[in-house]
Amino acid sequence: MSEKIGNVWIFIEQDGGEIADVSLELLSKGRQLAGELGVKTEAVLFGAKVGALAAILHEYGADNVFIGEDDRLEPFSALPYTKMIVDLVGAHRPNIILFGATQVGRSLAPRVASQLAAGLTADCTALEIDDYEDKASKTVMKNRLMQIRPAFGGNIIATIANSWADPQMVTVREGVMPLSEPQKGRTGEVTKVAVNLSAEDTVVKVIERVKAESDVNLKGARIIVAGGYGVGSKEDFDLIKKFADAIGGEVAASRAAVDAGWIDHEHQVGQTGVTVRPKLYIACGISGSVQHRAGMSDSAKIIAINTDPDAPIFSIAHYGIVGDLKEAIPMLMKALKAHA
Amino acid sequence: MVNRYSRACHSSTDFLQIPTRFFFAAGEIITKHRRKIVSLTSLVFVKQVPDTKNVTGDAMRPDGTVNRGALAAIFNPEDLNALELALDLRERYGGRVVVCTMGPPAAAAVLRHSLYMGADEAILLTDRSFAGADTLATSYALSCAARKLGDYDLVLCGRQAIDGDTAQVGPQVAEKLEIPQVTYAEKVIEIKDGIATVRNLIDGGHEIVKTPLPALLTAVSSANEPRPAGARRLMRYKKAMTRTELLAKHAGKTYEDSNELAVEEEKLRERGLWIHEWSAADVGADPQRIGFAGSPTKVKKIENVVLAAGQFKDIPLTEEGIDALAKELIEDNVFV
Repeated sequence: MSEKIGNVWIFIEQDGGEIADVSLELLSKGRQLAGELGVKTEAVLFGAKVGALAAILHEYGADNVFIGEDDRLEPFSALPYTKMIVDLVGAHRPNIILFGATQVGRSLAPRVASQLAAGLTADCTALEIDDYEDKASKTVMKNRLMQIRPAFGGNIIATIANSWADPQMVTVREGVMPLSEPQKGRTGEVTKVAVNLSAEDTVVKVIERVKAESDVNLKGARIIVAGGYGVGSKEDFDLIKKFADAIGGEVAASRAAVDAGWIDHEHQVGQTGVTVRPKLYIACGISGSVQHRAGMSDSAKIIAINTDPDAPIFSIAHYGIVGDLKEAIPMLMKALKAHA
Repeated sequence: MVNRYSRACHSSTDFLQIPTRFFFAAGEIITKHRRKIVSLTSLVFVKQVPDTKNVTGDAMRPDGTVNRGALAAIFNPEDLNALELALDLRERYGGRVVVCTMGPPAAAAVLRHSLYMGADEAILLTDRSFAGADTLATSYALSCAARKLGDYDLVLCGRQAIDGDTAQVGPQVAEKLEIPQVTYAEKVIEIKDGIATVRNLIDGGHEIVKTPLPALLTAVSSANEPRPAGARRLMRYKKAMTRTELLAKHAGKTYEDSNELAVEEEKLRERGLWIHEWSAADVGADPQRIGFAGSPTKVKKIENVVLAAGQFKDIPLTEEGIDALAKELIEDNVFV
């Protein structure tokens, strides 16, 4: 490894001047990693008109913000963004680059990693600094990024390291890393980046773009009622919705219920969905794979209802009801109403 | 002006296709030669994946890689959506659908299923040296296969595979082939003059993009309802096989000492029942860029998940039990 290691970069996802939550969460994490490594935290920000956002990024922990402004960088498109980042990496040699595991991050990060021949680990749930011994070359690499993620059906947690040259790249889902409070008045550097795009970088044209304000707000929900495969059918999922309505909660689902087509993906909680931290999480007919638990285990109180007494969800639940949810839910609704 | 996207363009294998190259003027895309006959060659990358819902601990090797042999193997669901997209395009524009998978010899099963659904040709990319690949090494190997095929207009694959959920291989293959990508594709609205109009999902909505061909699309599960295996095609293509399978059928015989194998291969080829088998050398893959050697990410350690046993109350499913729970929740101000 070279004597001086590079900085920690966070790719900032923005759309029309609005910064994605996950980017700010990653700034918090990135700043912590940079602190451990004794390097700077730098944000990478592209778009049509984004200069004003630098101040926000400074307050959330960026020491420096690389800004590339050009109409061709709005909205996001994989080819020009890849070109910009690859050029910037070549010029500044960062140690680590963090991306949100959004549709944008998951289109961009792999393309960048492929061009840089860099390792990329998806959907990390924890990031730590540690030494890595490469068994093949019998060398110890100091202060590498340990990329921790559930793997393979969720029975295991894998720690992955990048054994090649920097940058070490990862994606992280929204809500996984806690967001630190911004430090009002904190300032930093701004580095303007030249936009050198050729016609071939902009061959893909976005001709229509529709973004609907979602009325699903799982991340901010205080009460969540979630249904899994054990709910049984699309019709029976109405019971979950009714229950959520009755107690002022949001409806969520496990991946199995989403895959079965009973409810929309935006309701999915877990490693490949949303990470939530409500006051109360009621898991109905959810077995509790590690991927699902990764998205809800920080809930203040967890009630699990499942017919299988050995379901892993019970191991993290505070209250467990072994039995049919079609019996248990109406009873609980009635009891809550009686005491309200 | 050299267009780097043209490097991965068509070879001259298909005389019907007029090479489409893009020249740029004032930021506009102009096709020099308009495609007279739209006849698409779609290359669909599919993957045989372990059924991750039924994984046991002994399916993991000590080095952290997966012993696929120990698990039920299925067709990766979103790859079925990609194949359906390609078959639908062939019905609309003509052309052919070539399916390719990288995997052990047993992965030929997903290729046969692709043939049952309607694919024209199938390629098994198999070599021991591909083993242990991360997404970078995988995408390199797949891109080598695509380059060997050469005349593709569209490369399609599922958004992600259920064994890793990374969604990385699609964009990485596109980068290696130096072609544009549209991820999370739901629908190909139109293909005209070498430009595809595609509807794709973005977070909280969708967009419609125009991309010159060749391009790579990754398909999402909401794209379509993959067709089932056709009964007639199933009867016909269940006899399709790879060289490895032919050798296994005639155990003990080799091409060198028996003419029988070559004769049967020729017959299978004539009847369209030959699944091509390509090795790393066949696709000209650099041994340093494939398999474990070509993978920058390494598994440092694997831990079994130990569940934190916290305070836990078993609530009996009785009027009294549920009532007590409701009371406790309300007293704890959970709903305030």
